[in-house]
Amino acid sequence: MSATISTQPRLRAGVLVEKVVRRFGDRSVLDGLDLTIADEELVVLLGPSGCGKSTLLRLLAGLDQPDGGLVEVPTRRAIVFQSHRLLPWQRVLRNVTLGLRGSDAEQRARSALAEVGLAGRENAWPKELSGGEAQRVSLARALVSEPELVLLDEPFAALDAITRLRMHDLVRALRSKHHAAMLLVTHDVDEAIALADRIVVMSDGRIGTQHHVELSATDREASLAREELRSALLNDLGLATGTDRPVDHPLTLIESTR
Amino acid sequence: MPLSIRIAAPAVDSGTEPANAQRREVFLPRDARRQTLLGTISRRLRWPLGIYTTPLAVLVLWEILSKAGVLAQTYAPAPTTIVQSAVNLWQQGVLGPDLAISLRRAGIGLAIGLTIGIAAGVLGGLLRSGEYLFNGLVQIMNTIPLLAVLPLMIVWFGIGEVTKVLLVSFGAGIPMYLNLFAAIRGVDQGLIEMARTTGAGRWRLVTRVLVPGALPGFLVGLRFSLAYSILGLVAAETVNADAGIGFLITQAQTYLQTDQVFVGLAVYSILGLLADQFVRVLERVLLRWRPGYEAA
Repeated sequence: MSATISTQPRLRAGVLVEKVVRRFGDRSVLDGLDLTIADEELVVLLGPSGCGKSTLLRLLAGLDQPDGGLVEVPTRRAIVFQSHRLLPWQRVLRNVTLGLRGSDAEQRARSALAEVGLAGRENAWPKELSGGEAQRVSLARALVSEPELVLLDEPFAALDAITRLRMHDLVRALRSKHHAAMLLVTHDVDEAIALADRIVVMSDGRIGTQHHVELSATDREASLAREELRSALLNDLGLATGTDRPVDHPLTLIESTR
Repeated sequence: MPLSIRIAAPAVDSGTEPANAQRREVFLPRDARRQTLLGTISRRLRWPLGIYTTPLAVLVLWEILSKAGVLAQTYAPAPTTIVQSAVNLWQQGVLGPDLAISLRRAGIGLAIGLTIGIAAGVLGGLLRSGEYLFNGLVQIMNTIPLLAVLPLMIVWFGIGEVTKVLLVSFGAGIPMYLNLFAAIRGVDQGLIEMARTTGAGRWRLVTRVLVPGALPGFLVGLRFSLAYSILGLVAAETVNADAGIGFLITQAQTYLQTDQVFVGLAVYSILGLLADQFVRVLERVLLRWRPGYEAA
């Protein structure tokens, strides 16, 4: 992994992606994509399924190499995957200490688990946890190493609506303690509005449009600005929309999404 | 929007019964059901012997048929007769030493076979070069029947102990390699990827992800290994030996002492049963994390 050409890093923190190309066969999934993420910024990457969101995230994680362009990321980074990916044969605590070294590893893991509200569950087996609990353990596993970049790949997509809202609160709380750049990939517009400093929408293998979100927590839940942002995002995603959408007529809805 | 007219309809139509009444089920705790004496007894007596029910039933039937004279003594002596001759053989000082010799052959053969099988399996599973080194050879050897190797072994190593021990290790090593290789390669790629991204090193990846992930497959391999090693033992001892359980059987066959043949067979089957129980205990200890392992 460290055998790449030693180009001089250009940023001191955050993420730099320049004209990145990634091809699978004939199809260019990423086609000259540019993106920067500032330190401590939370960027939400929005796009329909199959648009290359996860491909970009895997490039940033170092799990995949680009076919062209440049990717520059901090070495201390962590990923939260869509599924929790906990080792079923290790108890919760050992799952969190997986990448840790040193004598204080267990103590750090315990406090990370306490941060995500799972104090006292250190000795549980992953199979005994609910979906939300398991995803919180994987969040703790990511944050325990104090990464400078956290990549979240649709981490809450498999959770129910109520648990998802709780996880959003948790992410906001964790951001005040951990100072890391974050990239969250999602196809959920409401999740993007709830969490983002900046929302970028992908289209045709590039970043299409960007929206800086400077709303208070309550405005993110319900406000005119929120609704405007929401319809702008839906428009970016190619969905005909508007507040006056006749939702009570199923036929119209089907036609409008075509 | 057109004006809509709502007609208030009764929520429940209590007047008529639905055409087909719904079939329903009610679930209650076990204690809440009416306790009858008969029910309690039948629940107590339900399969008290577990997997030993059928073997025991066969033995009882066998005993009855033998005692009734349906089965001739020379063909199938009664189980009690077999036990009696086993006791006799033990008291004569024949069964004990023979069993010890057989167990030693099985033990040494297993030790060699499992060591080679596990070492090659781990190397083949972890390394691409290991796969290319061992896989082809083992796949070829796997298709050769154990019994067909025996004549060659006799030519190479004579009829001494070496042939017997090697046959046992051949039987044990190959299934261990194949299962261990498949088990290591079958560990969830997502977990391996995750471990890499947490910054866990190679050693952690092997000890915390690959080895425990491959354990269920390893235990399957161990079960096959133990079974095949006994098969190898039987083959080696039956064809040429001057001591051991196989020798006991061949000799008994020569003098038409069917009861002693059965004693030998019983010893082999008990060895097989013990081996299986041993792996079960290992599974119970090593696979605690797997819920419902006991049902499997």
